[in-house]
Amino acid sequence: MAGLLDGFLELLDVLLRNRVRTVMTALSVAWGIFVLVVLLGLGRGLENNVRWMYRDDAVNSIWVYRGRRTIPYQGHPVGERLRYTNRDHELVEARVDGLEKISSRFYPPIPDSVRWQGKIVAADFRAVHPDHRYLENTLVETGRFLDEADLLEKRKVAVIGVQIVGTLFGDHPPIGEWIDIGGAMFKVVGTFRDVGGVNEESQIYLPITTAQASFAGADRVDQVMFTIDDAHMADAVAIEDEVREMLSRAHGVSPADRRAVRIRNNVEEFVRVQSIFDMLAAFVWLVGAGTVAAGIVGVSNILLVSVKERTQEIGLRKALGATPGSIVRMILAEALLLTGTAGYAGLIAGLLVVEGLRRWVPENDYIRDPDIELSTAVGALVLLVVAGCLGGLVPAWRAATLDPIVALREE
Amino acid sequence: MIRLVGIDKTYRVGAHPLHVLKGLHLTVPPGELLAIMGSSGSGKSTLLNILGILDGYDGGEYWLGDALVKDLSERKAADYRNRFLGFVFQSFHLLPFKTALENVALPLYYQGVSRKERLRRAAEHLDQVGLSDWSGHLPGELSGGQKQRVAIARALVTRPRVMLADEPTGALDSVTTQEIMDLLKRVNAEGMTIVVVTHESDIAEQCARTVFLKDGRFEGER
Repeated sequence: MAGLLDGFLELLDVLLRNRVRTVMTALSVAWGIFVLVVLLGLGRGLENNVRWMYRDDAVNSIWVYRGRRTIPYQGHPVGERLRYTNRDHELVEARVDGLEKISSRFYPPIPDSVRWQGKIVAADFRAVHPDHRYLENTLVETGRFLDEADLLEKRKVAVIGVQIVGTLFGDHPPIGEWIDIGGAMFKVVGTFRDVGGVNEESQIYLPITTAQASFAGADRVDQVMFTIDDAHMADAVAIEDEVREMLSRAHGVSPADRRAVRIRNNVEEFVRVQSIFDMLAAFVWLVGAGTVAAGIVGVSNILLVSVKERTQEIGLRKALGATPGSIVRMILAEALLLTGTAGYAGLIAGLLVVEGLRRWVPENDYIRDPDIELSTAVGALVLLVVAGCLGGLVPAWRAATLDPIVALREE
Repeated sequence: MIRLVGIDKTYRVGAHPLHVLKGLHLTVPPGELLAIMGSSGSGKSTLLNILGILDGYDGGEYWLGDALVKDLSERKAADYRNRFLGFVFQSFHLLPFKTALENVALPLYYQGVSRKERLRRAAEHLDQVGLSDWSGHLPGELSGGQKQRVAIARALVTRPRVMLADEPTGALDSVTTQEIMDLLKRVNAEGMTIVVVTHESDIAEQCARTVFLKDGRFEGER
């Protein structure tokens, strides 16, 4: 066999001079990969949209609120609102399996405004634990969020939303400034953003211990919220029931009363949406796999036809001294070069379309940031090329072992 | 150059074995222009395939020069075909997507000769058959006689020991037939051993010697 380059030139020559066959094969391969890439991109867009819809609060969180009794029990009348304390927080923290982050929230009973150097601005207050920022997806902009030391030492510090920063301080840097909250002075240690919007960014976070002590809260808690780890996502409903049962017993609530301990289970909802999405993803993969399978069959089929078409050529080449191995190599190398190049072109075209969708399709309720992992696309391409060529191996081998006399006589 | 010693060939088709060649003896000295004549069914195609190392045989020995052609592997057979034999077919068998020059150069590709050298030698042989001006043309643009001349150049390009021509003029008119026969005679005069298989007696008459094949046996020669 002549040198590699020579073999390659011979191969290229054959491909270029048999245009129709070359173009047909190339088109079917390129189209398969193109469709696959676009499909996977759109599937990812759907997934991104689901994630975006749940971007504000942690998707793996369970929120426990104070509800009102609907059944009289142990001397407590209907309509009485539950009162949680730090003990309930500790109870949940100690007992829930798979608990990741936990924070309580106390709404201090103070006027909803904040003062600084004679200026007054409306604000809401949440007295929380440091892990609260994971539950609300709070993004620290400058300075820091609350930490354990703040709570231990009951420091008078505050982390304020960027909406308040603008209206209260203007261009003045807020960190280190002292602000008047409910008659007490708090030092600003950080500012934050929140994808939840203007309302979320008009909040002021205080250490829960400080707020309880400063504003006659004693050990009062208004809500307890926590996240659970991935391994326990599927147990979300069981965890919810366990927490309700636990707090009901602690507060003398009838086991049949499901409204007193009020629970919002984001996990359950997310798991439901996630399952819809998983089905969609499975569907996309199914269609994708079908496309690749069709591509493989297509490549093998075209190879088969091409070998049949070239029976005479192969017979002649054998008469002139081609070995069966060299015939198989010739056909497979042609197929590899052709499908590889065409698949690559389809891949690039698909990526361009996905990128185009990402940039130019206006915001909508279904698709957000379509995207594709390059490794997935390249993997599909390699699979198609290799499997297609393996499919072509049988006809190639048959052609190579064909009796040249018979092959030459074929018309 | 060719020595056949008791060549025997039987095809097993279904229940009835078909004894095609029945102990053939033949010697072709170097530089001879030999015709093998026979009607269809005489075994002449089978003999040609055996001579061309395209088919095996059951008994006897086939010597090609100093090489015994018997029970060869596919690879060895391909190598012998490439180096020892040049083929000329009735229907030319040129690759339609390659130019005349590239068709002539093709056997050298399987010898691992560089592209440049291949084309140089091919041009030389194309010139010998008088087709220098047509080297860039595709077979579809050539007449039957021109195609066969290209095929003859292709058969000669490897400088084989023997040229095998299977009804080389079967697809040509009488004027062109004579041109091709003149070319074969000229090539033969330059020293090439040529075996022509034909059923036309006026072709056979132009060869130095003719052997007649009938029912798998040689029956006389001229």
